[in-house]
Amino acid sequence: MSEKAVMLGNEAFARGAYEAGVKVSAAYPGTPSTEISENLVKYEGVYAEWSPNEKVAMEVASGASISGVRAMASMKHVGVNVAADPLYTMSYIGATGGLVLVAADDPGMYSSQNEQDTRMIGRAAGVPVLEPSDSQEAKDFMIFAFDLSEKYDTPVIVRSTTRLSHSQGVVELGERREVEDKPYVKNIGKHVMMPAKAIPRHVHVEKRNQALIADGCSFPINRVEMRDTSMGVITSGIPYQYVREALPQASVLKLGIVNPLPRKLIEEFAAQVDTLYIVEELEPVIEEQVRSWGISCIGKEIFTIQGEYSAELLRRAVLHESTETKAPADVPVRPPILCPGCPHRSVFTVMKKLKLHAAGDIGCYTLGAVAPLEVIDTTICMGASISSLHGMEKARGKEYIKDWVAVIGDSTFLHTGVNALMNMVYNQGTGTVVILDNSTTGMTGHQDHAATGKMLNGQPTYAIDLKKLCEAMGVRHVTEVNAFDIDRLEQVLKEETARDEVSVIITKSPCVLLDKGRKPHHIVHTDLCKKCGMCLKPGCPAIGRNADGTVHIDETLCTGCGLCESLCKFHAIEKAGD
Amino acid sequence: MATRNIMIVGVGGQGTLLTSRILGGLAMDAGFDVKLSEVHGMAQRGGSVVTYVRYGEEVAEPIVEEGCADVIIAFERLEAMRYAHFLKKGGALVVNDQRIDPMPVVIGAAQYPDNILEKLGEEFTVYAVDAMEEAKKLGNAKTFNIIVLGVAARHMEFSKEQWMRVIERTVPPKTVELNKKAFEVGYALDR
Repeated sequence: MSEKAVMLGNEAFARGAYEAGVKVSAAYPGTPSTEISENLVKYEGVYAEWSPNEKVAMEVASGASISGVRAMASMKHVGVNVAADPLYTMSYIGATGGLVLVAADDPGMYSSQNEQDTRMIGRAAGVPVLEPSDSQEAKDFMIFAFDLSEKYDTPVIVRSTTRLSHSQGVVELGERREVEDKPYVKNIGKHVMMPAKAIPRHVHVEKRNQALIADGCSFPINRVEMRDTSMGVITSGIPYQYVREALPQASVLKLGIVNPLPRKLIEEFAAQVDTLYIVEELEPVIEEQVRSWGISCIGKEIFTIQGEYSAELLRRAVLHESTETKAPADVPVRPPILCPGCPHRSVFTVMKKLKLHAAGDIGCYTLGAVAPLEVIDTTICMGASISSLHGMEKARGKEYIKDWVAVIGDSTFLHTGVNALMNMVYNQGTGTVVILDNSTTGMTGHQDHAATGKMLNGQPTYAIDLKKLCEAMGVRHVTEVNAFDIDRLEQVLKEETARDEVSVIITKSPCVLLDKGRKPHHIVHTDLCKKCGMCLKPGCPAIGRNADGTVHIDETLCTGCGLCESLCKFHAIEKAGD
Repeated sequence: MATRNIMIVGVGGQGTLLTSRILGGLAMDAGFDVKLSEVHGMAQRGGSVVTYVRYGEEVAEPIVEEGCADVIIAFERLEAMRYAHFLKKGGALVVNDQRIDPMPVVIGAAQYPDNILEKLGEEFTVYAVDAMEEAKKLGNAKTFNIIVLGVAARHMEFSKEQWMRVIERTVPPKTVELNKKAFEVGYALDR
């Protein structure tokens, strides 16, 4: 019997790539895709890196493929937008060594700013999209994807969703295949995408698509399960599991390839069933195509474009059954929060005091938008804080943004913030940019980046100096401040927002979760406490009010950051043991 | 055997992921098909988190539906209350008797409910444990989740030896002895 393991979907993607003989992997962390790279780097014979953004990652993988080895990139759905530029053209160039992009969508937006559907990008780029439905398939489909990529001379997208990436299931492990590097052949007709060369390559894309529509019908990753023919369901990915759970008697066409669709297979299945349902999360990608072929089916009119599906949702929509369950208790919600000791809390506390507005960005600090801090006014996408603040200034003038700052994390700044700052300098903006430098990519679980001095494999490397980088772009006023030195920070913020010139403030303090050596926690001298509530303003979960109006500090939660001590005018809070 | 449905609920950062990993290994060792579903990313920052574990002959859906959970392991009182309606009739609700205020309570916009254990006890079979206190006695507060798991183990079909084998290979090597001790504490605590 071969070895088995319980694996996270993302672990299984990594395992599949390893077994398929992948040699190069590049990625930028993003929930729910991050663990793919974190697992891949553990395998011998695989080079895996964090790139500064998804476009770079996709290009690194593309170069590796052109040089003749199997290569991959992995990212979350919105990362595919950043990588779209190389992806669309790599569709023309194709693949020498197998080229696979794992894209993880987030139906239900557990950790994302939108719930776009990567299958649409696959369609638009003319790139095949495969969709596994459990950990075993996540591994198996990766191997299939690399073979497909080389056979059809195309990049292949393997699409995941949060529920697949972050579910664990039993996986049978196999051996790594040793795939020989392909010899490099100079071929500008295939590798130099200028108009004269790209025009015939577009023809290749179209021919390839037609071939896949036909050949896809016999791919082993599609499966027809004929049961009761009164009801037939076409589905793929995780929704297949919900179909099996809710509609065990239904006949099912489980698609492994979801772009392009294997038309004949679908037509044959549809002809055998009385009522046809299409069960797919997010956009009606399969449904609209099937309808356009004159096949009647039931889809989004009874399901939904929004959020995740479940067996329960299918039972309600298809069988009009609803299970009698107890009503959930009416209890206070528990939204995610900044951790106790988080340096962002300190920075936002000062900004709130100064009544500043912040154009925000993507990271833990997005949580600065909600009560009690409420400093962040906007969040669009990675890097947009700086550029959108610049846009406001150009629209309304420099006085308009005197009480505004752009707030961006260190990893996000290196991702796409650098270009935005370049633009602000070049076009003579006067905005104030605050880089919240916590020396890591926090939200996704602490990944290194180009300014941390460590690579994905843990090896030490060059660390980009953010201050020098900003200065090199022509920013004349770059100030570094300890995030917990609130007096100095207040003074610097006042000075820099008043300045008629671009300035950058780098608030420095490592993510509290990285800080292994805990400082002594803080205690309250209730006899000195004047019940003013200043220490409660930052919304630290470690501080609470007692019945008599004084406060207490939970010693198991307190990290000893000292923010509350700095805010207390009556010296009622101090370090334990002082 | 009908598919068994277990839920682990708590506050992001309390170690639900390690616990679910132990349960997954346990079910696989016993020859079951098993699926687990977890929450990563933003919700892990102090938000309400839930992990589903399902095992049996063949498991399709990786999530547990309302009214279907055999056992709910709650690392915090309020979270026990939030998810209790997922429990099936006769199911076991194992609760770590700890209070962590959610932000609406911290800022005074909501009240932390009183007498949660008593209220839950009226409707469900509740097994409460002050695991944080027990963990401190062991000299390491971080072991509280393994203590809770020890209590829950009494309501599942695996032997103590099976549990110990999986704990040994799942927790960090340096903490094996400590975690085994913590499991023993929980296992012995239950009525």
